[in-house]
Amino acid sequence: MISIRNLTFSRGEQKIFDNISLDIMPHKITAIMGPSGAGKTTLLKLIGGQLIPDTGSITVDGKNIHQLSRAQLYTLRKKMGMLFQSGALLSDMSVFDNIAFPIREHTQLPENIIHTLVLLKLNAVGLRGARHLMPSELSGGMARRVAMARAIALDPEVIMYDEPFTGQDPISLGVLVRLIQTLNKTLQLTSIIVSHDVEETTSIADYIYVLSQGQIAGQGTPKELAESDSEWVQQFMHGKADGPVPFHYPCDSFTADLLAH
Amino acid sequence: MNYLQHLGHSTLKSLAKLGRASLFFYTIITALPYVLMRPKLLIKQMFSVGVLSFWLIIISGLFVGMVIGLQGVYTLSTYGAEGSLGIMVAASLVRELGPVISALLFAGRAGSALTAEIGLMKTTEQLSGMEMMAIDPIKYIIAPRFLAGFLSLPLLALLFSSLGILGGHLTGVELLHVDVGSYWVQMQSAIDFYDDIVNGIIKSVIFAWIISWIALFEGYDALPTSAGISSATTRTVVNSAFAILFFDLLLTAIMFGSA
Repeated sequence: MISIRNLTFSRGEQKIFDNISLDIMPHKITAIMGPSGAGKTTLLKLIGGQLIPDTGSITVDGKNIHQLSRAQLYTLRKKMGMLFQSGALLSDMSVFDNIAFPIREHTQLPENIIHTLVLLKLNAVGLRGARHLMPSELSGGMARRVAMARAIALDPEVIMYDEPFTGQDPISLGVLVRLIQTLNKTLQLTSIIVSHDVEETTSIADYIYVLSQGQIAGQGTPKELAESDSEWVQQFMHGKADGPVPFHYPCDSFTADLLAH
Repeated sequence: MNYLQHLGHSTLKSLAKLGRASLFFYTIITALPYVLMRPKLLIKQMFSVGVLSFWLIIISGLFVGMVIGLQGVYTLSTYGAEGSLGIMVAASLVRELGPVISALLFAGRAGSALTAEIGLMKTTEQLSGMEMMAIDPIKYIIAPRFLAGFLSLPLLALLFSSLGILGGHLTGVELLHVDVGSYWVQMQSAIDFYDDIVNGIIKSVIFAWIISWIALFEGYDALPTSAGISSATTRTVVNSAFAILFFDLLLTAIMFGSA
């Protein structure tokens, strides 16, 4: 479904991805994991065509996303839903209108059908009762569920989740984990989760890529990764404070620093 | 050497920004037909950009006119020419103060609000979210605001000048007893529709274009942080003020230079 080949991407002098290749399998939940700053969100933006790689290709549904015209890219994006970390709900619209917005813009459906569709989407995320609320009246977890309902409004084939679990309370976490799994199964979606929350992500992912320093440090099923020989992967998966990623930011020895003054 | 390096770097940075701003303006122009087909989007923005600036313009226009009325009578009475107060009030308002002050007020009230709104939408990923929903934010968000600003300011400037003339009447005629007939008749005979009123409108149309462009571009180009939005908002007000004053000088020289 999605194929990334020899991708290199830099921001200024910093190389975010250095010649990486990976595949996202259809109808599966694929997780992209890694520490903060590893370029996980950047990868989603590259897949969505919001950023252009230095070299390499990203193919979605057989189409090289960075060779498409703007109109073709927009057509392809209708098949892709994205859940932003902040929710990205339009702040001047109610919950109902936020979800109706892409349907109204991209279809000629009458308002009564749109009403039914929006209620169905909201019911799927358990927020049918919150349809009259404004985004400012929602909790963080509710905002993400509304954003999830909006992301599936046009019945996409691919859905990308950017850090869906960050900053959520345990109940919201449980709800989001269950929703991602249920939506993927019932709607036969291809899901990509970008996250550094190991426990939640490994509980639902079919396949995981672990990114570090512009490279794929590890990949496999959650079970395979848990048994990985790589010290780095072990440190990340088990949240060890010290290891290949040192506790201390690189610097001179402590003694040398103290004696310098 | 460092100075030259810094100068070169700043020049390149400014040119790059000008290039981005020009491209941004071009995309707005190409998106305008979409706005004309969606009048609801325009009306909503006309309300927030224009109607919500209404009271600021009315009160400012009235007070500026009253002050010109007072100063005019004090100055003209030295030469026994109080009867020409109407000409003085109307000419200064319609030609200069109306377009310029209303533009400065508009930049402070509506321009800064536009920058902050767009900057915040960028920070909270609302613009990226729209792009991922295959909805062009330039068409849906930027272009309606641009057109609303472009249409609102000339109307507000006319309102400012009208209220200013009324303010001049209140202080000059009602308070300081300048002859009411002289005030209005001399104004009517001396103010030319094309040379004065139309030229004033042309000025405010150009100011509206400048302010809307600067305000929207600064918001769109802002760093997506609270400090980024804050400095973008400041740049909108400062750059708009400089641009208004510069273009006013230029337009006055072109329009009234041969008079």
